[in-house]
Amino acid sequence: MKYLHLILVNLKRKKIRTALTAGSFLAALFLFGLLMTIKTALGSGVDVASANRVVVRNRVSLIMPLPIAYQEQIRQIPHVEEATFATWFGGYYQEMKNFFPNYAIDPETYLSVYPEYRFDEEEWKAFVDDRQACIISPPLVDRFKFKIGDRVPLEGTIWAGTWEFNVRAVYDVKQREMMTSELWFQYPYLEERRPFFKGTVGWYVVKVDDPASAVTVAQQIDDRFANSPYETKTETEKAFAASFANQIGNIKLLILSIGSVVFFTLLLVTGNSMAIAVRERTGELAVMKTVGFTDISILSLVMAESLLVAAVGGGAGLALAKLFTLAGDPTGGMLAYFYLRGEDVVLGIVLALAAGAVAGFLPAMGAMRLKIVTALRRV
Amino acid sequence: MVRVDGKGSGSLVEIRDLDKKYYRGGEEIDVLRGLNLDVAKGEFVAFMGPSGSGKTTLLNLIGGLDAPSSGSVRIAGEEISALKSRKLAAWRARHIGFIFQMYNLIPVLTAYQNVQLPLLLTKLSKAERRKHVEGALELVGLSDRMHHYPRQLSGGQEQRAAIARAIVADPTILLCDEPTGDLDRASGDEILNIISRLSKEFEKTVFLVTHDPVAAKRASTILHLDKGTLLERTSDGPFASQGEDAAR
Repeated sequence: MKYLHLILVNLKRKKIRTALTAGSFLAALFLFGLLMTIKTALGSGVDVASANRVVVRNRVSLIMPLPIAYQEQIRQIPHVEEATFATWFGGYYQEMKNFFPNYAIDPETYLSVYPEYRFDEEEWKAFVDDRQACIISPPLVDRFKFKIGDRVPLEGTIWAGTWEFNVRAVYDVKQREMMTSELWFQYPYLEERRPFFKGTVGWYVVKVDDPASAVTVAQQIDDRFANSPYETKTETEKAFAASFANQIGNIKLLILSIGSVVFFTLLLVTGNSMAIAVRERTGELAVMKTVGFTDISILSLVMAESLLVAAVGGGAGLALAKLFTLAGDPTGGMLAYFYLRGEDVVLGIVLALAAGAVAGFLPAMGAMRLKIVTALRRV
Repeated sequence: MVRVDGKGSGSLVEIRDLDKKYYRGGEEIDVLRGLNLDVAKGEFVAFMGPSGSGKTTLLNLIGGLDAPSSGSVRIAGEEISALKSRKLAAWRARHIGFIFQMYNLIPVLTAYQNVQLPLLLTKLSKAERRKHVEGALELVGLSDRMHHYPRQLSGGQEQRAAIARAIVADPTILLCDEPTGDLDRASGDEILNIISRLSKEFEKTVFLVTHDPVAAKRASTILHLDKGTLLERTSDGPFASQGEDAAR
């Protein structure tokens, strides 16, 4: 602690340079925080995917339907506990920019397959009893101020026209990562009104009795419907969620690429600042060595300056990112789980310190190797 | 006692057959050649000589800031040219106080903080450090300016702060490299008075490099460096060359 004052006065001697260097850490770590938040949001489906569920879709494409008759046939396959289904509706509320995922579900089987969704029993009963009922997620309540009893009109994009739904329930989830911005409604209502694709569903979700049998069950389902007009492609829920997320692109690679460029630039900026700072103080460092500071203590002091700038700037950047994410999903539903996780904050701090250490290392080595006599001659 | 013939023994400073070569542009420059010097504790020795004669180089070698090309530098029985960097730094902190021509105070630290700098390396408590620093500043007459930054001090005051920094850890030897070279006569005299007092009252062994004969006269012994060898005379006596029996 007795050296802290030395570190601080050295950082304060060029306030603008120190502020700009810390600012570059702030910007980089703010960006890092946002990128990690987006990555988490996009991958949240993968993270919470259950090992004992498989997803069955049309072999041609997810947008092609499957016959509703498959439900009973899937249930007959060994190790299958239950099979539910859903159909993408694709409606929007008032304006296209208000889009959020909405789909029709089978109210009789959906909760058996997805027990992690929690409901007030009364609300769930009200949903089941009302064919025009819908269930919404808490982010929709926050975003549109919907409440139980509201009548919500959605404009259909696949099946045209205004579809009206009665809000009967708001679900809750066990894990925060599961929180998405969604609206579910009863499949019978869709089936009743839609003019085409009748008797079909979008996809099935099948619950198996043991995660170890998931792959076997998937194979059996695909074999069962092979060479039919509606061949299936069945995969684990995790694989399905991953392929869904990858439709946007290789998010991890994208984030890694952006992050790498930002951190490399950060290294150059900080390294340059520290190198200039050390060069300006050559004589002073020589004097410090003259009065007895060892090479290692000089190295440590310069490294400490770099690390302190990194910690303060990086910490502020992560704090800002956290504040930003606390305001909620800025996309209006596409990234419902918009949350900067604690482990990502820790990773950010580690990366900032690592960048500070790497950037400060060469200038610190230069300071450490300084020949006193040569340096004093320059004063 | 000061000897330049290499025949002394048991002195505080014992330099034997000291060579120092520099290489500049592929050319070898002999700065010091076979130099011998014995200096007892409490002596005040002035080095004079033309520019490039090796005065500062000799001072740097005595202070362990530079390593000899050959020969030995023993201070209080310890061969400092054999010490590794870390031990040498600790040795310097304990035994040597440096006073430079350009003061070399750290501009972002107050006089107090500059003087405290060598004590940060010790295990002294904050209160003990304060006691030492205030004592050193009082000794050089700078108590009333201790919280001023170097830019707020005159040249003479800066040099006094530098002296306080040099003596705060109570070193055995003071190495002064043209301490009055950047000062007017009055300020220079004040500085020399302090250095003389440190030698006489506090028995510091002082080595002073100077071009100024008036400053050199404050020393008990004046040694002239010429072509890498030492010539000795007392403050008012004749020169005796290295190799002659110059012991007094």
